[in-house]
Parts: sequence; structure tokens; C-alpha cells
Amino acid sequence: MQLTESHKQYWSKNVRMTGILLAIWFIVTFVVGYYARDLSFNFFGWPFSFWVGAQGALVAYVLIIAYYAHYMNNLDKEYDCAEVEED
Amino acid sequence: MAGMTPSDGSVFGGGGSNADFKKGLNKIYTWYTIGFLAFVLLLGIAEQMGMGRAMIGYVFLGATVLLYAGIGVMSRTNDAAEYYVAGRRVPAMYNGMATGSDWMSAASFIGMAGTLYLTGYGGLAFIMGWTGGYCLVALFLAPYLRKFGQFTIPDFLGARYDGNLPRFLGILAAILVSFVYVVAQIYGVGLITTRLAGVPFEIGIFLGLAGILVCSFLGGMRAVTWTQVAQYIILIIAYMIPVVWLSVKQTGVPIPQLIYGQQLEKVTAKEAELIKDPKELEVRAIFKARADALGEKLKDVPAALAADKAAAEQKVAELKAANAPAPEIAAAEKALAAVPKDAEAAKKAWTAQRAGATARSNPLANMPRHAQQFAGNPDGDEKARAAFDTSRRNFLALIFCLMVGTAALPHILMRFYTTPSVKQARESVTWSLFFIFLLYFTAPALAVLVKYEIFSVLVGTPFDQLPAWIASWAKVDATLLSVTDVNKDGIFQLAEMTIGGDIIVLATPEIGGLPYVISGMVAAGGLAAALSTADGLLLTIANALSHDLYYKMIDPNAPASRRVAISKALLLIVALAAAYVAAQKPADILFLVGAAFSFAAAAFFPALTLGIFWKRANKAGACVGMVLGLGVTFYYMVTTQPWLRGVFGVTSPVELWYGIAPISAGVFGVPLGFAAIILVSLVTPAPRKDIQELIDHVRYPTLRGDTMNTQSS
Repeated sequence: MQLTESHKQYWSKNVRMTGILLAIWFIVTFVVGYYARDLSFNFFGWPFSFWVGAQGALVAYVLIIAYYAHYMNNLDKEYDCAEVEED
Repeated sequence: MAGMTPSDGSVFGGGGSNADFKKGLNKIYTWYTIGFLAFVLLLGIAEQMGMGRAMIGYVFLGATVLLYAGIGVMSRTNDAAEYYVAGRRVPAMYNGMATGSDWMSAASFIGMAGTLYLTGYGGLAFIMGWTGGYCLVALFLAPYLRKFGQFTIPDFLGARYDGNLPRFLGILAAILVSFVYVVAQIYGVGLITTRLAGVPFEIGIFLGLAGILVCSFLGGMRAVTWTQVAQYIILIIAYMIPVVWLSVKQTGVPIPQLIYGQQLEKVTAKEAELIKDPKELEVRAIFKARADALGEKLKDVPAALAADKAAAEQKVAELKAANAPAPEIAAAEKALAAVPKDAEAAKKAWTAQRAGATARSNPLANMPRHAQQFAGNPDGDEKARAAFDTSRRNFLALIFCLMVGTAALPHILMRFYTTPSVKQARESVTWSLFFIFLLYFTAPALAVLVKYEIFSVLVGTPFDQLPAWIASWAKVDATLLSVTDVNKDGIFQLAEMTIGGDIIVLATPEIGGLPYVISGMVAAGGLAAALSTADGLLLTIANALSHDLYYKMIDPNAPASRRVAISKALLLIVALAAAYVAAQKPADILFLVGAAFSFAAAAFFPALTLGIFWKRANKAGACVGMVLGLGVTFYYMVTTQPWLRGVFGVTSPVELWYGIAPISAGVFGVPLGFAAIILVSLVTPAPRKDIQELIDHVRYPTLRGDTMNTQSS
């Protein structure tokens, strides 16, 4: 079948959001990880990069996934791609 | 949808709408949680009234395994959709819990806090790696796999890459990865049942195996799912209670995750003191002298061995001549028997002893300072700079492999086939990570609190006043915990203790002074973690063989009931094989678990993601990419990892690429896999039109006018 313009737009929006969230994931994990030694100022008792590794990054991951689910579920409705659910 | 028709009237597969089903589940699991807490409370009261420790262990072991078996019996099924994907009606939150316990293995529950205790910041690679991977699952895989809506990961490879070769490579990789992992779980089950009930290790393994089998054997994915939810509830309660208690005891605040920054500061200050402490230096000097003495002996092994033997023989002769008491003579004879048999054995034993003594002559019992990021020093001399760079590179490479591996483990990805819709698949990843997060952001707190307890309460205590848990754990296994008064001053120094990471979590209740019933509960939690992961893994292997290999490749006309029957038979065989391997206590089991992540990452991740996001990726590309990715990962490990070098008889000198440790071999395999798929696909023809339509079908939760809509579910 042929995809419509609206379908293509849906997919490109999806890919863009995936890219943005992936960039945040990369910064939180690898950029902070790379500069960990330089980022050891005191953050409520923890050295900052230690705190990010032990808690901050984890919170960011949960938020990334939750936001993506929320964004995509809305996008489904907006572009008429949502499934019909039983309940 | 076949699974939507209720196959029987039981609790976990009953009829009615999804909303009613979810309400029913909420009720069941609320009562279940209350029941579990009441059970622990009752046992606690029984303990106060004089119930023995062994009895508490038996009751915990028996009650939890019976409970899992009960859920297995209630969820028994022969229906294919129920058996393989739990009827695709698992609500997002419950699938999240099930994924959480499927995911958190014995290594997460028992080992991780210990690793953090021993390695400090370096251990955070596991915390970040094993949670951040879910971002990749959510963004690249889960919703699309759910829309694809078949039963296994090789299913997707076979359909997307048009043929049996990609499917077959998928089967091989899925079995390799899952089998390695399941052996480690069964090993963990054996360890815990041995501790909890005092039975021999081999019997412990088979006891645990019975618990695993009755569940996955009878009800497949349906039984495994509902048992895993039950297991999650037990394991999270068991993990939290001791940590909260320890936090209240040390700081007065019941939220350890918020408050342990303070404790970390105190630990850091104490570390600086201990490094300079004269008593610690004294003990370390003794170990240094021992290492030097062993180094001297190693220079001329035959001569040193002859001297040792002569000295030991002479001692026995002297004691006998002087009519010394029998125990003294027996001790001397034992020492004589312990002298290595030949030069080869002596060299091996002394090298190991010297390494041990050298490690113990290092500051802080060979642990890095807890909050220090990476070894070495970026502003130091050339050697310190190189050490810093290598350490940082390995830290990041390990995170990368663990993350990409997480997003490629078949037993985890399979779980996202079980939700009712794409929307719920997305939400279910959020729930999964949330439930995993609860344990993972507690583990670093646990490690710091235990370290504080040991550094500031234990260190400096006279030996005869050490708490009872030290003696009782040292008796269980001296390799896990041993204390000796090395400098004979009667005071405990940090350098005088060796502690294995695996006992940190199990001993926390006793370290915090909690009653034994909590220790029993923690062990039951560890058992739940190991059993739930083993369930999911065994099911993955059995499904790869019965569904992918037998049904899809050998006999496509096989009726559903025969496929399920074959899957059950294979499950039994695989489980017994895994138990057999685990009973041999294979060396380097933790390395093998890590290796499974690198293998999964290199084999599956490039082919799966490019399959969804790049229409041009084709069969030839995928096959070459999977083989090359897995191949280079395997090659690097075999040539660099000591145990694998021994197994495969590699004798060439170890050549590390960029100083990367063998466990992170996937860091080479994944990019190579991507590059190979892209290059080979570009020089071979594009996939057929119906395959391209399959990709569109997978990309949109609902696609108007999509011809595949009806056949998908």
C-alpha cells in the first residue's frame, strides 16, 4: 500500500523525538561519565557525578521512557494511528 | 486473536473484559502482599517464642516454592497463545513487574550491592548499564515488536529478513545467550537453598529446579508471568526492609536513598584516616613482607620447595620425638601434607598467594576510595594518566555493552509481546524500568551504609567483642568472610578482613541487628530473583527450539497442541542440562553472565534496530552482520579472557585492543555489526515489496488500509 503524507509526517515526528531523547540519554550517560572526575563538586553530600551515576541518570531514564510513551500515545491519536482497545 | 478467547475459567486466564481482568488482578495481588507481610510477622512472633533458625529457613523455602508452584498449577494451559505470550492480555503495570523480576537476577539482588561495596564508583557502571538499556528498549524495540505480534525474537528476524537463515542465526544466538545466563541463575538458586536450608549444593539445585519447572512447565508464559509478579513483590519488600532499618539506625531518616550522601561524606573522611592509620600500615607491612617472601621463593621454585618440605618434615619428626600432644602433631602433619606436590603446583599456589598478599598490602583492603571516579590521575605522570584513561574507557565501554545487551536479551524482549496493545507495550517499559529502578537506586545506598557500619563501628573493635554475624558467616564459607588478627594487637583493623561481595546483601539484616526472620526473608527474596529469571530464560530456550526450529523450520503443519507439548519436553531437557552444568560449579560464572550481554548486544541489536528503522536492510546484510558481530566478540573474548583461553587452548600473548577488558568485547562487535549490515545491504538488492510493507505495518500502531492488519494478531 501507499503511505499518505500524514503517515510520513507521523513517522518523521517519531524519529525526531526518538533522536532528541536519545541525545539526552547519551549526555546523561556518556558525557557526564566522561567528565566524571571534573564534575565532582559537592551535591547534597555526593560528588555530583557519583550522584548522577547512582540516582540522577536513573531518574532521567525513567522520565525519558515515560515521556516517550506519553508523546507517542498522543501522536497516535493525532494522526489517527491509535489502536482500538477493548476497554 | 486466539488468546482472547478464555480457554478456561481459572483466575489468571479468566474471561471478561481487560478492565475486569485488571481489577481482579489488583485485588489478588493486594491480598497476596498483605498475606505475605502477615506471614513474615507470624514467623517473627514464632521466632520470639523460640522457633529455631533452621526451622525458619525451611518454612520460608517451603512456603515460597509451594506458592510459586500453586500459581503454576492454577495457570496451567495448553493453548498456544496462552502458553507463548500469556494470551496477550497482561496489563502494562503487571507486565512491568513481571519484566522487573524477569530482569533482576541473583546477580542484581545478591551481587550488585556487594560489587558497589568493593568497587565504589566503578560499580555504578552496572547500575547505569542495567537501567539505561531500557531507554533503547523503549525507543527502538518494544512498541514495534508488539505490533509485529508474533511469539519470539527469531520470529521477527525470520519475517523481516525473509528466510530461515536469519531465523536460524537468531535461534543459535538466543540459545547461547540464554543458556549461559540460566546456568548462573541455577547456580545462585543452589547457593541460596544451601544457605537457607542447609542441604547439600547439588540437592539445593534440584530443589530449586523443581520450583522453576512446575511453573514454566505447566503454564508457559502465563504461569511464568503471574509467578514473576508474585516474586517481584517478595523481592522488593525483602530488599527494602533491611536498608531502611540500617538508615534509621545510622541517621534517623527512613529514606536511605535521600540521606546516604551524608554517610558517603563520612565514609570518605574515614577513608582518608584509615589510609594513614599506623595500625593499618602495620598490618599492610606484614602482608607486603609475606608477598616479598613468596616472591623470593618463586625465583627458585625447586630449591624453595625442597627447603619447605624438609622444614615441615623436620617439624613433624621433632614433635614426635618430643612426645608432643597429638593435636600439635596432627597440625604439623597437616602442614606437611599441604606442601605442594611438585614444582609446577608450587609455582601456581605461590603465585596465587603472592597476588593475594600483594592485594591485601594495598590501602583500604584493596578497595578504591568509594567516591573516586576512575583509577589513576589525569594530572599525574605518564603512568597515572594512562591508568586514568584506560579505567575511564573501560567504565564507559562496560556501560555501553550492558545497555545495548539489555536491549537485546531475548527473554526480556519477549515480554513485550504479552501486552494487549502497542500503547500498553510503551507504558509497560516505563513500569518495567520504574520497578527495576526501585531496587537499583537502593543498592548504592545499601553499599555505602554497610561500608559506614564496617569502617566506623567495626574497625577498632577488640576481637573478642566483634558482633556474632562475623563468626557465623565465616563458618558458612571462609572464602566469603574471614578475619584474623594479623598483627596480634587484639584490635580489628580493616586490612585484617576479607569479604566477598556476595554476602553483603544477605548479611545486612544481621549487620543491622534485625531478627533472623528478616534474614530468612532476604534469602527468600534472592531465591525469588533467581527463580524468576531462570523461568523466563528456560522458556526462551524452549520456545526457540520448539516454535522457531521445530514448527517454523522443520514441520510447519504441526498442530498447536503438539508444539506446546514439544516445548514442555524441551524445557525439561534444557533445565536438566543447565542444572548439570551448574552442579559442576563452572569457573568464572560472573564473567559468563557479563559475556552474555556482549553476545546479545552484538548478535541482535544491529539487526533488530536496522530492521525497523532502515527499510533498505536486507537478508544478506543481516546474516553477515550477525555473524561478524558475534564472531568478533567471541574472538576477542577467547583470545583475551584467561579462563576461555584455557578452554580453547589459546597460547598467543594477550593483546588488548585499546586496553578494553574482555567482558566489554561487545564494544567492537556492535559497531562492526552495524557497519556490515549497512555495507552488505547497499551492494545487494533491496528487500521485496511485501517485506517493505511489513516494516510499515510494524511502524504504525494502526495503519488504515494495511492488508496485514488482520493476520497480525
